[in-house]
Amino acid sequence: MATLELKSLWKEYGDDVVLERLNATVETGEFVTIVGASGCGKTTFLKMLLGTESPTRGELLLDGKPIPDEPDETRGIVFQRYSVLPHLTAERNVMLAGELESSRFLGHTFGRMRLALRNEARQMLEDVGLGHAMHKYPHELSGGMQQRLAIAQALMKKPRILLLDEPFGALDPGIRRDMHKLVLKLWREQNLTVFMITHDLEEGFFLGTRLWVFDKDRLDPQAPGAYGARITYDLPVGRDDAHTLDSIADRVDSTARALND
Amino acid sequence: MKKLINRHPGIVSRWALGLLPFLLIAVIYTAASTARLEENPNDKLLPSASAMADAMHRMAFEPSKRTGDYVLWTDTAASLQRLAIGVGLAALVGLVFGIANGAIPLFRAGLSPLITGISLVPPMAMLPILFIAFGLEELAKVMLIFIGITPFLIRDLQQRTEEIPEEQIIKMQTLGANTWQIIVRLVWPQIMPRLIAAVRLSLGSAWLFLIAAEAIAATDGLGYRIFLVRRYLAMDVILPYVVWITLLAFVIDLVLRRYSAWRYPWFHGRTA
Repeated sequence: MATLELKSLWKEYGDDVVLERLNATVETGEFVTIVGASGCGKTTFLKMLLGTESPTRGELLLDGKPIPDEPDETRGIVFQRYSVLPHLTAERNVMLAGELESSRFLGHTFGRMRLALRNEARQMLEDVGLGHAMHKYPHELSGGMQQRLAIAQALMKKPRILLLDEPFGALDPGIRRDMHKLVLKLWREQNLTVFMITHDLEEGFFLGTRLWVFDKDRLDPQAPGAYGARITYDLPVGRDDAHTLDSIADRVDSTARALND
Repeated sequence: MKKLINRHPGIVSRWALGLLPFLLIAVIYTAASTARLEENPNDKLLPSASAMADAMHRMAFEPSKRTGDYVLWTDTAASLQRLAIGVGLAALVGLVFGIANGAIPLFRAGLSPLITGISLVPPMAMLPILFIAFGLEELAKVMLIFIGITPFLIRDLQQRTEEIPEEQIIKMQTLGANTWQIIVRLVWPQIMPRLIAAVRLSLGSAWLFLIAAEAIAATDGLGYRIFLVRRYLAMDVILPYVVWITLLAFVIDLVLRRYSAWRYPWFHGRTA
């Protein structure tokens, strides 16, 4: 069953066309990686998925219904930064989703309920490799650990779609490889539907099941905003070759120069 | 030899450098006081250290002939009580309205212009109005402190609330939080240490308003006392009282700072 449908989706800010005529269908369990030059609407698209921006024209459907126009528990998110709450320990960060659900007024739980949530949270923290850091505050954790925590926190809610906004952009290459493994493992185990935005083309090429390249088909160097970006490549990951990678890299680079000069 | 901007004092020299100005002031004062007293033993302007000690001993440990009170302590208790009620109320109102204004755009649209307007009224100009409206009793003095610092607290906390990263507010929503839960689990806990910081900043003005109100209409309090004995040029009481007020202010500030560091380690860990 189609989880997400894009039907001639447009996004404009005034005269600036950001995205034009996006058409695609994403099934449950797919892992879509989105790459493209800065300014090509990747983040705008993610914001539409989140509900903080709405389409100018066209439709964005989740399970056949228009996607809610504010963030809610159907879509989980991990940002590049500020994803976890600095005033809670790792354990409390992960317990948060459960606490919010079971106590609508206080947002805090006590007694047996709390114990149950704590055990769940501990299990999840073990799964993402943070079993030793349960009682630490985010500022005491490294960048990679904070992102592990953010993923754990988002997954507690079992979202229909997990959105990752350049989650590993600020991490060292070694740590980044570990994080790839973790994300792939969780994706397989929990049958998640994932959208990941990345700057790193190679990351997009081997992570997940599907690669989208956002690029401007038509680009007027005098008026970069005149035409919007489209999905210029929609490739199944694993069946592509080095040649495709090179040609995509070339195109994305030239767009990036035209847009960001 | 390193450039001056790159030379940092060690622990010993930092203390020595820090204490040096205090010592210098003490030495200069003593010299000036001795010189004046030599010329005229009844000089009141720069009393000697022993005269001040005598005066304070009288204020603190001998019951007043008129009322039987130990004046320094009743003054201190009266002033601190006013300060605590005024600042406490201001902090409470600042917290509630600061968060509401900062977190809820509809609230902000309605209230923000009013609060900006009120904050521009000089509080001291309100003092006669307060005395007329609330009488010369405790309420007017507490209200002056309250009116003096509340607009600042509201505006500061509103700004701090608006500075909470958008990512965290979105994150809370994706975890299923409603508006109220976002406030009690995200905004409020993150604003508390900032409230303490804002209160520390506003304490200076709070003391100013307290002493002003006491100077004009009161029957006890630290501000009342120094303005009362001013009539007799009693510098031997005024100077130690000023030092005592300064010490109280310093201790309150220190306690707030320590409490915040102990209670909100994540806040101080992050800013350090």
